[in-house]
Amino acid sequence: MLELKGIHKTFNAGTINEKRALNGIDLKLEPGDFVTIIGGNGAGKSTMLNAISGVFPVDQGSIVIGHTDVTSLPEYKRAKYLGRVFQDPMMGTAANMGIEENLALAARRGDARTFRKGITAKERELYREKLAPLGLGLENRMTSKVGLLSGGQRQALTLLMATIKKPSLLLLDEHTAALDPKTADKVLQLTDEIIRRDQLTALMVTHNMRNAITYGNRLVMMNEGRIVVDIKGEEKQNLQVSDLLKKFNIENDRMLLSE
Amino acid sequence: MISTILSRLVSLPGAMPGAMAQGLIWGIMAIGVYITYRILDVADLTVDGSFCTGGAVCIMLMLAGYNVWLSLLAAVAAGMLTGLATGIFHTFMGIPAILAGILTQLSLYSINLKIMGKSNQAINVDKFNLLVSLRWVKDAAVRNPLIMIAVLYWFFGTELGCGIRATGSNPNMGRAQGINTDFNKVLGLMLSNALVAFSGALLTQYQGFADVSMGRGAIVIGLAACIIGEAVFGRIFHNFALRLLSVALGSIIYYIVIQIVLVLGLDANLLKLLSALVVAVFLAIPYWKGKYFSKGGKK
Repeated sequence: MLELKGIHKTFNAGTINEKRALNGIDLKLEPGDFVTIIGGNGAGKSTMLNAISGVFPVDQGSIVIGHTDVTSLPEYKRAKYLGRVFQDPMMGTAANMGIEENLALAARRGDARTFRKGITAKERELYREKLAPLGLGLENRMTSKVGLLSGGQRQALTLLMATIKKPSLLLLDEHTAALDPKTADKVLQLTDEIIRRDQLTALMVTHNMRNAITYGNRLVMMNEGRIVVDIKGEEKQNLQVSDLLKKFNIENDRMLLSE
Repeated sequence: MISTILSRLVSLPGAMPGAMAQGLIWGIMAIGVYITYRILDVADLTVDGSFCTGGAVCIMLMLAGYNVWLSLLAAVAAGMLTGLATGIFHTFMGIPAILAGILTQLSLYSINLKIMGKSNQAINVDKFNLLVSLRWVKDAAVRNPLIMIAVLYWFFGTELGCGIRATGSNPNMGRAQGINTDFNKVLGLMLSNALVAFSGALLTQYQGFADVSMGRGAIVIGLAACIIGEAVFGRIFHNFALRLLSVALGSIIYYIVIQIVLVLGLDANLLKLLSALVVAVFLAIPYWKGKYFSKGGKK
């Protein structure tokens, strides 16, 4: 569903601030894979997701989603294949547009935007039905501006927007990090439900090892712009936080020794 | 002193139709400014140049014997091109929006001189079939802004128009939802400057001439109209069409106020200073509100 081959990205190349953010990433996802990604600050987790979504061009390597090579496509064209939820709740929605208008924009992801109506009466009904199960009461304030919603509500809405049109790949970039623990749990459970229900392929960056173990069928650990641990199948199911810490420390030590 | 002011005020009612007609014509320009300033979240200074471009293209075509509607259409097309230029400076060449607008505005000064051949051109109201004029205020002056508002209301409700609104509201979200934000910025700038040029063409007919400096400070008048409209009608007008209407009404209020201060004996040379200061204060009010009046739960 996704294939990354030899992805390299260096920021500020040739200057004193040079940062090798991605250092040869190879990753292949099967349809239905739900991969959690962990790693320290600056390991390249978010950079990898941004490289996939085309926020910047990569220096080397290729990115294939489904059967399409998207390496040279601009961000807005790749959006056709991707659903994205960001760390910052402000980033995924248009604050001074209504809830239903945001959903209508998302429902047209990847389609040509024409002189047809931006939102139809039929759609409004559909969105109301989709919002109700979130249990946030958003279905009763469809025309409210999204700027009036709380961070948790906005993330739940962004998640719905990212999946309202089934994406080939769902990218979740620490999407619960800015929320309080209770709300974060709720949004995570919702995420898991949607991914199972729609059988989505997903990449989820998280700082929380327990979440990384609980959710998904595969776990990837990154360090210094590389994938250093890749656990799947039965091993992933039986994984404990202590195992992960051990691996994490070994990798950290190895990196320290090598420098 | 008071008696002189009173005697001047007597002449005010006679000046009102003129002020309202001017306000309506500039109101179309103000709606153009609203599209960039409020919807696209870009302060576009192209308008100071494109306003005159519209007037220049219209008057030269009419003097050459073309039909008034065709001349207006050409003025609108010329306005679109000015927006396209700013859009290309901004998106393709990566120049900050304000600077891109200033660059276009400066180049338009030369272009406007070239279009007109000299710094101003007059048109005789008796010999040409003008839509609006100082001599009369046809109902076209009132109808035009209303038609514009209806068309814009429809347009910003389409998928394309929603894309422009999303681009202005949150470009990151826009791109994540597959919206070509660069294209939408260019489109918004073109639409805005088309309206501005249309307004310039109408004003040229109204006053019977086009002048190379007729657009100077247009952006400030546009902002003033937006801000006055929001301040006066913001609490009761929530619907998009009504908000556009409030901008047009804001422009009329602006011209009535200007007329009043002129009648009261203000030196006409000080008008632009006054306009700029009024806009500055109104722009500062939301900032001051947040900074000085939000403590202690006061509302």
